[in-house]
Amino acid sequence: MTYPLPDLVPAIPEILLSCGAMALLMLGAFRSKDSTDSIYSLCVLLLVAVGVVVLVIPGGQTTFGGAFVFDEFSRFMKILTLGASALAIIMSRGFFRLEKFSRFEYPILVVLATVGMMMMISAGSLMSLYMGLELQSLALYVVAAIQRDSGRATEAGLKYFVLGALASGMLLYGMSLIYGFTGSMDFNEIADAASLSENKIGLVFGLVFLLAGLAFKVSAVPFHMWTPDVYEGAPTPVTAFFAAAPKIAAMSIFVRTMVTAFPTIAQEWQQIVVFIAIASMVLGAFAAIGQRNIKRLMAYSSIGHMGFALVGLAAGSQAGVRGVIIYLAIYLAMTVGTFACILSMRRGNRMVEDIDELAGLGKNNPMLAFLLAMLMFSLAGIPPLAGFFGKFYVFLAAIEAELYALAIIGVLASVVGAFYYLRVIKIIYFDEPVERFEPMLGELRVIVGVAALFVILFIIYPGPLITAAETAASSLF
Amino acid sequence: MSGMPILSIVTWLPVLGALFVLSIRGDSEFAAQNARRVALWTTTITFALSLLLWTEFDTSSAGFQFVERVEWLGGSISYHMGVDGISMLFIVLTTFLMPACILASWTTIQDRVKEYMIAFLLLETLMIGVFGALDLVLFYLFFEGGLIPMFLIIGIWGGGNRVYASFKFFLYTLLGSVLMLLAIMAMYWQAGTTDIVELLDKSDFPAAMQTWLWLAFFASFAVKMPMWPVHTWLPDAHVEAPTAGSVILAGILLKMGGYGFLRFSLPMFPLASDMFTPLIYGLSVIAIIYTSLVALMQEDVKKLIAYSSVAHMGFVTMGIFTVTMQGVQGGIFVMLSHGIVSAALFLCVGVVYDRMHTREIAAYGGLVHRMPIFAFTFMIFTMANVGLPGTSGFVGEFLTLIGAFQVNGWVAFLATTGVILSAGYALWLYRKMVFGALEKEDLKLIKDMNWREIAIFAPLIVLTILFGIYPVPILDVTAASVDNLIDNYQAAIEAAQSVLVE
Repeated sequence: MTYPLPDLVPAIPEILLSCGAMALLMLGAFRSKDSTDSIYSLCVLLLVAVGVVVLVIPGGQTTFGGAFVFDEFSRFMKILTLGASALAIIMSRGFFRLEKFSRFEYPILVVLATVGMMMMISAGSLMSLYMGLELQSLALYVVAAIQRDSGRATEAGLKYFVLGALASGMLLYGMSLIYGFTGSMDFNEIADAASLSENKIGLVFGLVFLLAGLAFKVSAVPFHMWTPDVYEGAPTPVTAFFAAAPKIAAMSIFVRTMVTAFPTIAQEWQQIVVFIAIASMVLGAFAAIGQRNIKRLMAYSSIGHMGFALVGLAAGSQAGVRGVIIYLAIYLAMTVGTFACILSMRRGNRMVEDIDELAGLGKNNPMLAFLLAMLMFSLAGIPPLAGFFGKFYVFLAAIEAELYALAIIGVLASVVGAFYYLRVIKIIYFDEPVERFEPMLGELRVIVGVAALFVILFIIYPGPLITAAETAASSLF
Repeated sequence: MSGMPILSIVTWLPVLGALFVLSIRGDSEFAAQNARRVALWTTTITFALSLLLWTEFDTSSAGFQFVERVEWLGGSISYHMGVDGISMLFIVLTTFLMPACILASWTTIQDRVKEYMIAFLLLETLMIGVFGALDLVLFYLFFEGGLIPMFLIIGIWGGGNRVYASFKFFLYTLLGSVLMLLAIMAMYWQAGTTDIVELLDKSDFPAAMQTWLWLAFFASFAVKMPMWPVHTWLPDAHVEAPTAGSVILAGILLKMGGYGFLRFSLPMFPLASDMFTPLIYGLSVIAIIYTSLVALMQEDVKKLIAYSSVAHMGFVTMGIFTVTMQGVQGGIFVMLSHGIVSAALFLCVGVVYDRMHTREIAAYGGLVHRMPIFAFTFMIFTMANVGLPGTSGFVGEFLTLIGAFQVNGWVAFLATTGVILSAGYALWLYRKMVFGALEKEDLKLIKDMNWREIAIFAPLIVLTILFGIYPVPILDVTAASVDNLIDNYQAAIEAAQSVLVE
């Protein structure tokens, strides 16, 4: 029996990225300490180069016996993920330099985590899903605790690891049940088997565990407990990374699994997704109100946002998936921009994280204040900013699917959520100034500027993103 | 004016001005002065251009004019703008009040002048957009977008309790509006479009659905209007906002609710409107009587005027939902007239507030001895607020009452008592502040209005009197569109009844 080599073309980006990461690891290990800076740049370069490759290779292919899918959906999500990772590395460089913390492993771990995320996005079977997920998670556990001397960071890393392992366990248990009842790991075959079988109770049982594991990864309620602690404890650039790329990857695989593997039992998973979405939106809105630490605030904010994105999935339609994709793209811009602002909250040689420290930013640094305020309004989903359109498309899908209760609770939660974003704006503009921050680093300035401009100007030319999302969504149906 | 997208120019010119203000550099005093000048010029030019809309407007046509349409979000959601007899005058009212707002802030705003001017210019664009939008999503965008600058205006440049007022304003309005957004989406899936023109042409939503859609839109417009009992944000916002902010709130933002009822609720959901008419009457009458009584008890000038605004808006909702020619025309007229009069009243309060820095009625008295010009101006607008014949306030209220008498005598009777009560609180306010002996020490050196202030008030006085004596220009513009609206409404009701009879 011969084993022909599978078609490697669709997987070129992952292969390139893995090889690149290993080569850089060698470089870092064998060169002296001064190579850290160049490794940061090379990692960014690598991610950008792979992004170009992702753009050019032809879509609509599967390989490795169906375990690896490269379609328009993968392309779109991979671009987002690569972009988010590259920005995270760029943002962290200045921070670690100021903290006198020189570790070349950090950007390489981010790249490795990115490989895992791309695997997840392209997963066409439970096996590749789990592989990608674990590669990502293991890299993330280490990244969370990269500041080994800091008690908070190690605590965050450990917490993340323990809870993450639990979630992986549930995921695996669910997968084994699904495999047991359908006899396959491949998403398409699972779908076929599910439509044939009479008794679906076992499959649904497995599905619930699978959903629990996935919900943990997107930090949706009730599997969100790790998020605030990890966000707060991890070094800020790491938090910025956590808030963007892994969320996008996890949400992609969430969508792909539900839509391609379980379309025939949509009724069952829709109920669960509706519940998770409502719980996340409501908890995200109410729990954020009491927060004083801006990183914790952003943690609850991201829980809420994942809830809103799940509203699109709950609809289960192509319009819904389009909504999720648009939501994630806009969420990425808003989150990265906001974290670039948070990274600029620096006095003397330490970071400040209390929201009250932003007081009077409107006087001290009018430009930054304006951009941050726009980002906050956008996160709250106020038109005409981009965040509104994210919400618009997911709720549009929910209304089409006649999920009225979900939609109404969702918009009401967004009003509650608006309150704490407004509070940040209030502190920026209405309160009396406190001491100034240190001058912003150049790269952060650019990132905040670009993100805020995107958020403000999206309304003028929304066509390309919406068309791209449409194409990506249609490739799943 | 074929070929020139004049409506879009009017809408977006203020944004251009805002960008220009943003680019001003230099030391703060110089930059502030230039920001004021740029803002004044921009708003004046915008006003001049918007007059073109009026002169070029074809009053015989009930359809939309100056229509522009550009592909935007795809899926039939487009950038679609245009005006008809109902909306055109609101745009002119907006552009007319803006230069007055800028002038009124000329010396009072000394802190962050650039930002202030930018906020006002952006707000102007958003307000014009609300009245010009012919797509529901576009409308919602403008409608909600206005919250951002207004929130900042109240919060940054407002009075002592500004944070509370700004939050209350923002969250109240947002809460009402998000339900409307869901209704818009439901309409999109039902009718396949969010284009207002198409929806007006073939609005045949099932009766049960109309009820829900109507309620969702009502939630938004009732808060914006504001109607009793969701009016409580208004006194807070009015009191804490800077003078120009109050002017915009009273002059324009409140009108969006009435405009919304006219543009969406009546023509798109006629069956539901018919069904809920008693509710509207009830709330309107309560608003008229109850808030007038509340106004009688106020110790704060701005609060008193704010409650009087709520009462006047009661006449508007009552008039609109009579769906008679007089009622609807009167409703529009009250809105326009109130836009001028209440704006002027807030500006009057601003004049004395700038000198005395208090809004307490008891702190004033005998102003006529030191400020004759002010006393004269204030009297004109007080009378217009009461609805004295010969002022614009009379025409609108009178028309709405005629409309109401045709439909429901009791409603009209109760509403008329509001006119008496309004005379009560307005005259009482005027007597307390202007007449009497000049006893208070700190009032003895107060100065009368300066030329800048007179320049602000002169056009307002002229219009108040002019439209009171000769209201034809306004009624002419609105007649065709209102007529069309009422015809369609009656036809829809009759069609539904004939189905029931069969």
